[in-house]
Amino acid sequence: MRTVRGPFDEAPDRDFQRFVPAVSVMAGSSLTLVPFVAAFPCLPPFGLLMLLGWRLTRPERVRVWTPLPLGLFDDLVSGQPLGCAMLLWTVCFFMIGLIDQRLVFRDFWQDWLVAGGAIGACVVIGRLVSAPLDAHVDTALLLQGVVTILLFPLAAWLCAMFGRSEEDA
Amino acid sequence: MAPPRNRRPGFSRRAQYGVFLGYVVTVAGALVAAILLALSTLDPPAFAALRASVAEVTTPISSGLSGVGHWIGAIPAGIGDHFAVHGENMALRKRLADERALLLRARTLSYDNRRLLALLHMRERIAEPVVTARLVSSSASSTRRFAILNAGSWQGVRQGQPVRGPEGLVGRILETGPNSARVLLLTDPESIVPVRRTRDGLPALAAGRGDGLIDVRPVALASADFARGDVFVTSGTGGIYPPGIPVARVLQRSADTGLARSFAQPDTLDFALVQRAFMPPVPPVPGPDPTPAPTPAPASVTRPAAR
Repeated sequence: MRTVRGPFDEAPDRDFQRFVPAVSVMAGSSLTLVPFVAAFPCLPPFGLLMLLGWRLTRPERVRVWTPLPLGLFDDLVSGQPLGCAMLLWTVCFFMIGLIDQRLVFRDFWQDWLVAGGAIGACVVIGRLVSAPLDAHVDTALLLQGVVTILLFPLAAWLCAMFGRSEEDA
Repeated sequence: MAPPRNRRPGFSRRAQYGVFLGYVVTVAGALVAAILLALSTLDPPAFAALRASVAEVTTPISSGLSGVGHWIGAIPAGIGDHFAVHGENMALRKRLADERALLLRARTLSYDNRRLLALLHMRERIAEPVVTARLVSSSASSTRRFAILNAGSWQGVRQGQPVRGPEGLVGRILETGPNSARVLLLTDPESIVPVRRTRDGLPALAAGRGDGLIDVRPVALASADFARGDVFVTSGTGGIYPPGIPVARVLQRSADTGLARSFAQPDTLDFALVQRAFMPPVPPVPGPDPTPAPTPAPASVTRPAAR
């Protein structure tokens, strides 16, 4: 139900809306809490996925320092060494900022390509940092990366939904 | 997508400084993150306390979800059991009759074994259980293989204790919090367990691969042949794992390195048993080491003071 706000009505209370991106990313990171003991890396990094969704569809809703605290939380629940997601997600934000300057008008396919590059880099560098080189995780990792990249439209749709509910208010 | 607004937020000095400060904070934070990453790579247990405190909050959530999942998952099994119970009863009766002879023989052997051990005056260490708890969640999105156990130092769980399931070894405790603990699973790429083959006692090391399987490498330099179905149990070397816990079964015939699957499959695991470390680290031996040497010196100093 949509009501149009008149010019003299009060501005809506946005205190909660400010935290929607952070809460959604933390919920994505917390999906590792599902009661299931995995034998190989099978769960896509949903925290990173939601963060990229916000950054690429609603860039005004996230600050440039947002990935630092969210990455810290992800490191604490994901089992990667501490600092891994903090550093990689921040570097992803810087790279997307650079791309924003060069490639101003983008369509969704280009956003998807950018997200794919970011996801691939994070997954591969995270593996190099956390597991020894001779571990046999590369096939599972490839699968995980592909699934994550294919899930990006879902994350973008979710972010668009959450973002729209704010504009409606 | 519409082009993002210019990064410069207008003519307000305050807003401009705010954006600039944001970038400064981010770069500083990224440097801190790089240092944290280097620290936790060089010294993995460095931030165990932080992770344990977060796990303290998340473990009840996982364990609650797990309860709901088990309750729902039990419904189809309950329906199936209701209809299959007659046939199962027949099969079980038949198996019981078949195994009676085997049981008698095993009893005799066990009695003999106990008597012979007493003759040899062998001191047996009994693996005392510490606690039984559920494994509630795992690092499903990471390349490391950790699981979170729903019991911690309040229940007597300590770092380095072995964890086993009903079928075989699961792993060992890596970090503990008050009410939760992090378990390094057998299949983690950095887990190594000393094992021996049940057939001939060939000593080997079972190292995790990271993809749910285990590599078994012989300790001796001579090349070993692994046949399909070879069973490996813990050997007790190293003092963490008690001897005789089933670890893995070799999947295919090979030389040098055997590809094996662990008996305890963590994804089907409900309960895990934490045991005491087989031989806890011995306290420093009082003996002819440098510590007693300085004792005469204070004695000679105190003697004049006593006069």
